[in-house]
Amino acid sequence: MEKLLEEFSVGLFFWQTLLFGLLLFLMWKFAWKPILKAVNDREDGIKNALDAAEDAKKEMQNVTADSEKLLKEARAEREAMLKEAREIKDKIVADAKDQAQVEGDKMVKQAQATIESEKNAAVADIKAQVANLSVDIAEKIIKGELSDKKKQLKLVDDMLGDIKLN
Amino acid sequence: MQKNTLTRFLLVVALFLGQFTFASDTEKEASEHGKDLKTEIKEYISHHLQDAHDFSLFSYTKENGEHKYVGFPLPVILWDDGLKVFSSSKFHHGETLAEVEGSHYKLYHSKIYKTDAQGTIHYDENHHATNVKPLDFSITKNVVMIIVTGLLMLWLFTSLARSYAKNNGVPTGAGRFFEPIVLYIRDDIARPNIGEKRYRKYMPFLLTIFFFIWFLNMFGLTPLGINVTGNIAITVSLAIMTFLITNFTGTKDYWMHQFDPLGKSLPWYGKIPLYIILVPIELLGLIIKPFSLLIRLYANMQAGHIVLMSLIGLMFIFKSWLGSPLSFGLAFAISLIEVLVALLQAYIFTMLSALYFGFASEEHEHDHEHEAEIAH
Repeated sequence: MEKLLEEFSVGLFFWQTLLFGLLLFLMWKFAWKPILKAVNDREDGIKNALDAAEDAKKEMQNVTADSEKLLKEARAEREAMLKEAREIKDKIVADAKDQAQVEGDKMVKQAQATIESEKNAAVADIKAQVANLSVDIAEKIIKGELSDKKKQLKLVDDMLGDIKLN
Repeated sequence: MQKNTLTRFLLVVALFLGQFTFASDTEKEASEHGKDLKTEIKEYISHHLQDAHDFSLFSYTKENGEHKYVGFPLPVILWDDGLKVFSSSKFHHGETLAEVEGSHYKLYHSKIYKTDAQGTIHYDENHHATNVKPLDFSITKNVVMIIVTGLLMLWLFTSLARSYAKNNGVPTGAGRFFEPIVLYIRDDIARPNIGEKRYRKYMPFLLTIFFFIWFLNMFGLTPLGINVTGNIAITVSLAIMTFLITNFTGTKDYWMHQFDPLGKSLPWYGKIPLYIILVPIELLGLIIKPFSLLIRLYANMQAGHIVLMSLIGLMFIFKSWLGSPLSFGLAFAISLIEVLVALLQAYIFTMLSALYFGFASEEHEHDHEHEAEIAH
């Protein structure tokens, strides 16, 4: 103990305390503060990045689920649309068929009517022509009959004979 | 890898060559003075363990018996009826008196004494010098080493801090080595011992004290012959700082524990007889804690130096083909252990400081109970 006290140097103690205090202050200000801050920032950064990655993973899962749902919906919609289209098509085809039938019938009827009227007209025409022809023939015959006297007389006789009969 | 091993080997060899130089001039001195070699080595070791007023790297003796010292003198600052500043070269390594403004000073066993013009030293019956010792504020070898260590730390760690800023939070160069140590002190010393909430304000002190002690311990293993952390004045100063910080940051709970260690577990009349013994013990504990710190560091470093230098000295005592290599091998092994001890002592000092800070800043459970009661 005595040796220790003898060894103790007040000057060295003074310098040590002063210099260490100074060193502590300078290290605090210029080294430890920025170092600890940088390390803390970095650790926070890593933690945040991990959290963000976790969030992104969850988000990703949500997105996948969403897209799956969407896909399912789209598929259902497509099915529905296809079904509807098929129905529409069938209906259109059926309608068209009906309409064609109706139209066809109408046209056939019209044609029949036209044919009928044409026929009637033709028949009337023929009748008229037949009448004319008959008159013409009768005229010619009568003319021929009346060209000589004998024949005329004979005709008159015949006619008279006919009338008598009646 | 192989190059690294080689470099390390050379480093170790250089370390030992340095120690050799110290020892070899001892031997020459011994033969010259005709003294016993063992006593001479013992004196040399005790001289080395002490602070010095000049920074000598090594010394040798010329053919004509003249001592040659390689190194540089340091300023001597004395307070003796006014400030006296002069170069330590005036002492000529203790061979001559220094005369400053009419006063004579003598360097005797690494201490400065005021003497008469003839430089007589008076002794008491225990062969202790009784001359007046002026207050010595000299920039000694140890002070130089403290400054060097301080500058080294500032350079290392400000460059580490800068490398964070420059490199986006990733350390470069030497910082890659020191960053894990900084983190270790934070995560394995400060956090568990002081607590998550309060450790931050103690970090600068813990980091500074750790690297300061470690670097100075390592400097002590170089051939420069430095023994800073094995000096009682240094360890006292460091321990006083721990003591002051502990008690100035002490919470109410801490002081309650010092003066009322049993708390509500006993009525006051029961406490009186116990406290007559208990409180002084608690208060003594306040002093004993830092005292154990300072003695542990001092004794470990001092002992390490003594063992190492004694083993090197043994080589010159044996002077045989068997003994000298053996003591060389031993000295080599011990110096490897000393490298570990250098780190270990820094760690223990920091660890225990953190532990004491933890005790002082702790807030006890009953606070929470109290809060719980209010909550109900």
